[in-house]
Amino acid sequence: MTRPPPLLVLGVGNPSRGDDALAPLLLERAAVELAAALARGELELLTDFQLQIEHALDLVGRARVLFVDASVRAAAPFELARVTPARDASATSHALSPAAVLATHAEVVGAPPEAWLLAIRGERFELGEGLSDAARVNLEAAVRHLAALVTGRSAWAPVGQEVVSRQLSVVSPRVGEGGGGHAGGG
Amino acid sequence: MSLPLEKADHPEKLRRIAIDPLSRVEGHGKVTILLGADNRVEQVRLHIVEFRGFERFILGRPYWEVPVMVQRLCGICPVSHHLAASKALDAVVGARALPPTAEKVRRLMHYGQILQSHALHFYYLSSPDLLFGFGSEVGKRNIAGVLGAYPELAKQGVLLRKFGQEVIRVTAGKRVHGTGSIPGGVNKAVSRAERDLLRRPLDEVLAWAEGGLALAKKLYVRHRETYDRFGAVRSNVLSLVGAGGKLDLYDGTLRARDADGKILFDGVACDKYDTLLEENVRSWSYMKFPFIGALGPDLGWYKVGPLARVQNCDFIATPAAEAARQEFRSMTGGAMVHATLAYHWARMIELVHAAEVIGELLGDDDLGGAELVASGPRQKSGVGIIEAPRGTLIHHYEVDAQDLVTMCNLVVSTTHNNQVMNEAIRAVALEYLDGHEPTEPLLNHVEVAIRAYDPCLSCATHALGKMPLVIQVLDHEGREVGRIQRDAAELS
Repeated sequence: MTRPPPLLVLGVGNPSRGDDALAPLLLERAAVELAAALARGELELLTDFQLQIEHALDLVGRARVLFVDASVRAAAPFELARVTPARDASATSHALSPAAVLATHAEVVGAPPEAWLLAIRGERFELGEGLSDAARVNLEAAVRHLAALVTGRSAWAPVGQEVVSRQLSVVSPRVGEGGGGHAGGG
Repeated sequence: MSLPLEKADHPEKLRRIAIDPLSRVEGHGKVTILLGADNRVEQVRLHIVEFRGFERFILGRPYWEVPVMVQRLCGICPVSHHLAASKALDAVVGARALPPTAEKVRRLMHYGQILQSHALHFYYLSSPDLLFGFGSEVGKRNIAGVLGAYPELAKQGVLLRKFGQEVIRVTAGKRVHGTGSIPGGVNKAVSRAERDLLRRPLDEVLAWAEGGLALAKKLYVRHRETYDRFGAVRSNVLSLVGAGGKLDLYDGTLRARDADGKILFDGVACDKYDTLLEENVRSWSYMKFPFIGALGPDLGWYKVGPLARVQNCDFIATPAAEAARQEFRSMTGGAMVHATLAYHWARMIELVHAAEVIGELLGDDDLGGAELVASGPRQKSGVGIIEAPRGTLIHHYEVDAQDLVTMCNLVVSTTHNNQVMNEAIRAVALEYLDGHEPTEPLLNHVEVAIRAYDPCLSCATHALGKMPLVIQVLDHEGREVGRIQRDAAELS
């Protein structure tokens, strides 16, 4: 069986929800700017609306995984922090935290790969909105940093102190507080 | 008119408990319970903030964009919206009947989503409560506890999810943001190689599904006295029914039965839904309350989803699921089952059915056909109804001569079940909370009832982090006099 690329960049967000599109857009940019590394099989890009238990299987055989997400609490332009397995309360929901995905991997497959979270600061998350000006600036900085990490120009090290202690209960924006939520159809 | 426990006479004099177990990024659910003297339950309400931005989001867009755009409404079941929108727009492009390839590829996609969604719900979201008990130690009542006690079960849940996702990837073209279904058909067939890839794990998938069904049944039978009563709500039922009365989650006509199983209407074309169903509003809820118009708002509310479907149909056209349906129905001698916890058993019957249908479809050469799209005389409007994992999902659009959407109406399964979920938690509150000091194990009973319906509150955007259970006890002036909070750390 072919080994998957050693680095998985797993972006989470909704392209139609304002700054929640940060992660999908980062991956779109990375597909262009890191085309050579992608062609060499050094990394794989994957995006989804939400993290779920089956994403644990996408981690199998990787050396490292980088979760990417928008954040209303991370300092601008972004924060980068290690993530370790934790079975938090998101496990009872339809959307897991990165820590809970790692925990699922640990429980079902075995020890998970080294994992990081790139939390890009976002401001607005309304349905149908585009990126805010601030998020656009933050995205550029995040793209540059990701490229530096992948090409070895930057070492994998935390960026921003706050996120380390807060880990990942943080990242979710409370989208819709001002504009209504949605009870879904599925 | 208010139903019992919907509205207290003097709410200002009562103690208020707010359970906030269902917080998500976008959707938001909350339970409020008002307690009177001696902790007597006086009022119970489930509040769900309903989506209100969809029309704005979709109006003015070209109709052909809609099946892709609507996936961004719900990160939990994007395929259901993708297909319901496509079905509605089939009518707009005049595609009265799809080519066999298109219909079968769509069906395969849909049953992949059903399998994936039902697996997550049973194995990960509900099994901790069902296996360890609703009032068991909170530190054990989670998926880590399931993994410890039943390691294979949790693993099978992950693998079933993965299989369903592969079915979606193959049929929709991509794992997420798929474009496979378009107005009038699909844009790709399923190749022989793709079919072979999906067929490889089929035997295991079916075996796991049947194992899950056996477990759901065993749990129900073992605890039948409790399960029969727990949050039981007599109501009408509504669903699509396929040709000859068979269970069909992709297409059919509308059928409703009353609480005793008598057919209220049958064979109603999907585009006539608005002649049968009405909605009303309550001052205390953002979410509407649908009802069968002929019966009125007090008697016309109904349940949708697995429990409604397996009892509304006359048969299931796959052998293992049909045997399971008959066994389920024989439990009551054919009488309608209204137990909230029977949703789990019914859901697992559907999971087995989904696995069987996927197997049948993968053996069908029509999946690889060349004719993918149909068209006909253009229409101004279209209605698409599908049985999504949680129940009936309605998409209705009007499109102008410039191909732009001028009207859309969306009725989702969680809305259909609004009244039933409210009644279920009222029944649970009366049985378990009335006269008692509220504790976490007791309040978890309320969550268990809600969870059985699998309401989808988390849509379109992801949700990370904790899903706290916060219970606030307030005096009649709104001052907090007590608080229980279960946070992430306590649950890990």
